[in-house]
Amino acid sequence: MTDLSVSLSGIKLDNPVIPASGTFGFGYEFSDYYDINVLGSISFKGTTRDARFGNPTPRIAEIPSGLINSVGLQNPGVEAVISNELPRLAKCFNKPLIANISGFSVEDYVYCAQRLDGVKQVGILEINISCPNVHGGGMSFGTSPEAAARVTRAVKAAVKKPVYIKLTPNVTDITEIARAVEDAGADGISMINTLLGMRINLKTKKPTVANTKGGMSGPCIFPLALRMVYEVYEAVKIPIIGMGGVSSAEDVIEMMLAGAGAVQVGAANLVNPCACFDIIRDLPQAMSKYGIENLKDIIGGAHNG
Amino acid sequence: MKQSVFKILENEKIAADVFKMTLSGDISEITAPGQFVNIKLNGFYLRRPISVCDAQDGVLTLIYKTVGGGTEKMSALGAGAELDLLTGLGNGFDTDRAGDTPLLIGGGVGAPPMYLLCKRLVKQGKSVTAVLGFNSKKDVFLVDELRALGARVLVATADGSLGERGFVTDILPRDYSYFYACGPEPMLKAVYGKTKAEGELSFEERMGCGFGACMGCTCRTRYGNKRICRDGPVLKKSEVIFDD
Repeated sequence: MTDLSVSLSGIKLDNPVIPASGTFGFGYEFSDYYDINVLGSISFKGTTRDARFGNPTPRIAEIPSGLINSVGLQNPGVEAVISNELPRLAKCFNKPLIANISGFSVEDYVYCAQRLDGVKQVGILEINISCPNVHGGGMSFGTSPEAAARVTRAVKAAVKKPVYIKLTPNVTDITEIARAVEDAGADGISMINTLLGMRINLKTKKPTVANTKGGMSGPCIFPLALRMVYEVYEAVKIPIIGMGGVSSAEDVIEMMLAGAGAVQVGAANLVNPCACFDIIRDLPQAMSKYGIENLKDIIGGAHNG
Repeated sequence: MKQSVFKILENEKIAADVFKMTLSGDISEITAPGQFVNIKLNGFYLRRPISVCDAQDGVLTLIYKTVGGGTEKMSALGAGAELDLLTGLGNGFDTDRAGDTPLLIGGGVGAPPMYLLCKRLVKQGKSVTAVLGFNSKKDVFLVDELRALGARVLVATADGSLGERGFVTDILPRDYSYFYACGPEPMLKAVYGKTKAEGELSFEERMGCGFGACMGCTCRTRYGNKRICRDGPVLKKSEVIFDD
């Protein structure tokens, strides 16, 4: 009998599969396709203090084995999320959620984290210091160890629930940022956010997305994400939620062997609305195939010693 | 919304760079004219959204233009090939608001959804006029099919090689109860400015998912932000805001 369960900071998940923020809305869109209660958890759409329209369109460009997005944190703002979106999600999902939070100042992060810390449905606060699509915030906190630590300390001091910091791969040494947030008190790390990229439309000879650049995601970034999770696992002791191009049960196993305690699935949801359902369905068979009885046992298994 | 596999029955060229594909499969989720399907193609990561031209008796008809690698690949597929489709996407046109003399306006590959719309409206006993616009005679399609349904069809071509020379907005009839438009954004903008009656406009935008999850295709309206894929692609004239 295979055991898919894992735990993150004391919160038990039936399985490690979690839709990643920004690719799953507030979840209920997907309940048309399957019973979303099969999921380990859901990281819901990145939430900011005030409502945001996001960037101009086009916001999407295709790349080989993936896409570029420059959505720019479109969301209705934290109060509307709490009063409208989360109650609607509660009707089709009854497990602890991961609240993905973005901001433009330390005060923004603290405010949203406190508001969502008080929501019963929320199990983990995932602090996104890595959005590449907004100016004057987001990724600028995630590219400096000092700034990343500052946000982490301020949020940790203000909330009771576990705080996971979502890191950007757009840095020279991601382990440096990971150590900084661990030292500042983070309970865990989510990684990686999208990689900054761009396309140029040959017909117009201008950038394909209106915001010029955007974040790359999809299977094309999986090896890079895996490498970074592997490196950060050796650098810190806190749990890692691994993500970046995960599209199959085998990818989940690889990501966990690299060191992930749970795994988020992003871009795959956009092309196959049942991607997470399929991965969870396929996991027991993939585990049997590779002689794995208990998923928890393989976390970091690729490392020596 | 539904994900299912369709089998291609026919895939033939009907105008310059324009193809008509018929497929058999489960069309139960296609409830309104103006909805679209999102098609998975081998070798391409994102699906390709294509508007529904007709859906009846288990047969789905799509008319699409080859505009890039994905649609070119689609045009090379033959009978018997299978495609993974998401169906029942988008809100579609509201036929209850048509009045007695509705006007259908289609520009280029914006014309296909007018077929199923026309069919529904004729069935309701409406007197339908369709205005179609194309660049040139070689681009024209759907005119005979709409006439066969019983619609009065007016055609404009930009170069004057068929019908009137000019744009759809140059040949709009004087009186109509309500309008439905689908076409490139400059056409929609012109239609918005020139139509006196109320109506609905169907928009096109680059999409990530096609079912409301990624926020890739959001636009502003008078009633807040809307996702073209999920809250659209059809917007009421009264809610539309054009940029600049």
